[in-house]
Amino acid sequence: MGRIGGGALARRRSVELRGIHIPHNKETAEFETVSMPVPKLIVLPMQQHVGAPCMPQVKRKQHVDVGQLVGHADARLTADIFSPVSGTVKEIRAIHYSNGVSDEAVVIEPDGEQTVHPAIEPPEVTDFASLVEALKHSGIVGLGGAGFPAWAKMNTDLSSIDTWLVNGAECEPYLSTDYREMIEHPDTILEGIKACLDLSGVPKSLICIENNKPKAIELLREMAADDPRIDVYELPARYPQGASRVILRNVTGRSVPRGGHLTDVGALLFNVTTMSEIGRFLRTGMPLTKRRLTIMGDAIANPMNLEVYVGTQISEILEFCGCAPGPRKVIVGGPMMGTTQVELNVPIVRQNCGLLAFGVNGPVVPRQTACIKCSRCIDHCPIRLSPIDIHKAYLARDVAALDRLMADLCVECGTCSYVCPSKQPLVQSTRLGRAMLRAEQRKAKGRR
Amino acid sequence: MAEQQPLEQEAPATNPLVLRPAPQISSAVTTHIIMRDVLVALAPATVMSVVLFGINALLVIATSVGSCVLFEYLWCRLRKTESTISDLSAAVTGLLLAFNVPSTLPLYMVVIGAFVAIIMTKELFGGLGRNFANPAIVGRIFLAVAFPVAMTTFAPPSIALSPVDVVSSATPLAPTAEPLSLLELLLGTHMGVLGETSALALLLGFVFLLVRPVVTWHIPVGYMGTVALLSLLAGKSPLEQLLSGGLVLGAIYMATDYSTCPATKRGKLVFGIGCGIITCLIRFFGNLNEGVAFSILFMNLLVPYIDQLTPNIPVGGEEIMAERRRARRAKGGEGHE
Ligand code: SF4
Ligand code: SF4
Repeated sequence: MGRIGGGALARRRSVELRGIHIPHNKETAEFETVSMPVPKLIVLPMQQHVGAPCMPQVKRKQHVDVGQLVGHADARLTADIFSPVSGTVKEIRAIHYSNGVSDEAVVIEPDGEQTVHPAIEPPEVTDFASLVEALKHSGIVGLGGAGFPAWAKMNTDLSSIDTWLVNGAECEPYLSTDYREMIEHPDTILEGIKACLDLSGVPKSLICIENNKPKAIELLREMAADDPRIDVYELPARYPQGASRVILRNVTGRSVPRGGHLTDVGALLFNVTTMSEIGRFLRTGMPLTKRRLTIMGDAIANPMNLEVYVGTQISEILEFCGCAPGPRKVIVGGPMMGTTQVELNVPIVRQNCGLLAFGVNGPVVPRQTACIKCSRCIDHCPIRLSPIDIHKAYLARDVAALDRLMADLCVECGTCSYVCPSKQPLVQSTRLGRAMLRAEQRKAKGRR
Repeated sequence: MAEQQPLEQEAPATNPLVLRPAPQISSAVTTHIIMRDVLVALAPATVMSVVLFGINALLVIATSVGSCVLFEYLWCRLRKTESTISDLSAAVTGLLLAFNVPSTLPLYMVVIGAFVAIIMTKELFGGLGRNFANPAIVGRIFLAVAFPVAMTTFAPPSIALSPVDVVSSATPLAPTAEPLSLLELLLGTHMGVLGETSALALLLGFVFLLVRPVVTWHIPVGYMGTVALLSLLAGKSPLEQLLSGGLVLGAIYMATDYSTCPATKRGKLVFGIGCGIITCLIRFFGNLNEGVAFSILFMNLLVPYIDQLTPNIPVGGEEIMAERRRARRAKGGEGHE
C-alpha cells in the first residue's frame, strides 16, 4: 500500500506487469464522433449485462418513447434496459449469437419522432444510497466491454475503499471510443467522478491512461487540477494494461486474491466512459441508450467513431460506414477479445466498443503447429499463469491440474495465443478449462 | 483437439463470414522465424569455422545439416504425417551437431550422429518440443563414446598465432595441452571442434538472439557466470575457463534449447547455474573432454523437477503459492536445486 501518490509518483512510467507490444492501429483516434441517424429497426436483447436477463416490460404494438423502460428483472444482479427511440414494438422474438447463446429481444420500429418519455428528469441524489438507487434505473453497465451493472459494483461496503480507479487505458488495438470520450466529454467524466467521490467518501481517484494518448492525459490532468482528490496515472501503451487486475497491480501494487474482488483490496475500477455516462445521467436523467463504436477494418470505406443507438443492427451500421459487400470477417469488439459474427442482423449492445470488418486482406492467423515449449506464453501472461500447462490440463480434462494451475485467474486477454509461435489455441483452452473448473467448484460447494 | 483444427473455419456457402475464436490477430513470430533467427545467429560462427578449417568444415556442416533434414523428412514420410522440415528446426540441430565435431571427422560418422540426434533423440520422443534431451548434445556424446579417437583428432586452423600440428587429444582443457593465449581463445585460432573455437563470433550471435528476442539471458548468463565465479574461487583464470571447451557454444545455443530447459525464468536461472556447477566439477576434478555436453545433458534430465520447484507465482495466487510452499516444506520435501 502507500504506493499511490500524487504528482511525480503518479507520473512514474515503469510498471510491474509490462505486457506486450501489439501494433495499435488506432488510425481513427483523432476522428471526431459522428452520430448515426435513427436506424430502421432497433433490436434490444434482454441480456446486455452480467447478471439475470430482463423480462420485457412492453407488449407487441405498444408505443414506446425515448428512455422508456423496456426490460426489467427483479434480481440481485441485473440492469434495466430502456428504449433508445420512440416508436412501436414490432415483435418480441428470439435472437441467436455467433457463440451459440440465444436470447429474447424486443424489436422496435422507430417512428422518427424521438419523443422523450415524460418521466425523464434528473434524479434526486442526496447520499450514496440514493446514488446507487438512481443508477439502478440508469441502464449503465461497465462500458469497457465487461457489462457489469454499475450500481451493483458500487453497492458494497465502501469504508475500506481508498482508491476509485478509472480505466482509460483502452489497450485493445483499433479501438478509440474511450479516447474520444476523454477528448470530447472530459467534463462529464469529471462530474461523474466528483459526484461519486463526494457521495461515497472515497478519498481519491486515479484516471489511468496509456501514454500513447498524451492529449487525453494532458487535458484531464489540466481539468482535474482544481480537485486534489483526482489525478491522472500514466500507463505504458502495452497490452493488456486495461485488464482490471493488471491496472490494480500496476497502479497500487496490490493483487486481488483468488476468488476475491477488487473491493477486497480497497479499490473500485470503472471504465472512463462509464464514469462519463454516470455524470451525464446525473445531469439529465436520460438512461443509457447510445454508445460510441470505433468502426474500422479494411472492408470499411469510411472508418469512424460512430455514436449509435443501442440495439442498432450491425448490417445497418456497416452500410452507413460504406462497408464493401461481402466482408470475410466481422468482429464485434477489438481484435484481441472481440467475437466474430456469422449473422449481421444482430444488434450492437451497451458494452460493445468496436465493430471491425475485414475483406480478403483481413487478419489471418497462421496454422497451428506443434508447441515448441518456447515459454513465450508463460513469460508474457499478465497474470503469470502457465497457459500451455492449462491447455494440456484442459485437453486431458484434468480438473485437479486446472485447480493447481489456477486457471480461474485468467482474464482472457488473449496475450498467450497472440505471442505463441506455434499458434496454440491457448485462450480457448483457458476459457473452457476455467468453465470446467468453476462447474466443479460449484459441485463441490453443493456437496458440502 | 479435433474441434480446434482447422482454426480458420469456412462458414457454409450461403454465409461467407469466418467464425473464429479470439484473438483475431497474432504475432508474426512463428516457429519457422525463430529457427531462422537461430540460424542467422549462428552464421558468424559458421563463416569463422570455414575460414579456420577450410573446405572440410564446409563438408561437415553440409553433411550434418543435410542428413538431419533428410532424416526428419524420411521420418515424416514413414509416419505418413505432414513434413515438418520447413520449420527449420532440423537444420538448426544439424548445424549445432556440426559445430560439435572436428572438421576431420569422417562424413559417415557425421551421418550417424545426425541419425542419433534426429531419429533417436527427437522423433522417437514425439518430435519438436517433446524431446527431453538436446538432440545435438546426445549426438555429440554418442560420437565421442563411439569414435573417441576420430572425435579428438583436430586439424590445425589455417590462421594460427602459435605453431601447431595435427594432434590427438589436444583441446586446451585436456591435461596435457599447452595453455593458449586469451586472444587465441577469443578468435578461435586454436584447435577444437568447429563451433568451439571462435567465442567472439558466438557472442555476436548471442547479442542478436537477445535483441530479437529468441532467448532470454537467464541460462547463458547463469551458466557462464557460475563458471566464472567457481573458476575464480578455484584459483583458475575465469576468462580461460569461459572461452575454452565449447562453453560459450553450449551456454548460448544448446542449454537454451526450448524443449529441454525449464519453463520459467527462475527455472532457467537455476538450470544455468546447475550447468555451471557440474561443468566446473567435471573440469576441476574429472578427466573428461565433454564437460559441457555432459552437464547440459544431466541438467536436461532434471528439468521436470526444476519446473516443479520454480513455478511463476500468479497475480492473486501469492497466498496459495506460499501455502503450498509451506506444505511442501512441512513434508520435509526435497531441497532446492
Ligand atoms: S492465460 Fe489468460 S490471462 Fe494469461 S495470457 Fe492467456 S488469456 Fe491472458
Ligand atoms: S508460446 Fe506456444 S509454443 Fe511457446 S510454450 Fe507456449 S504454447 Fe508452446
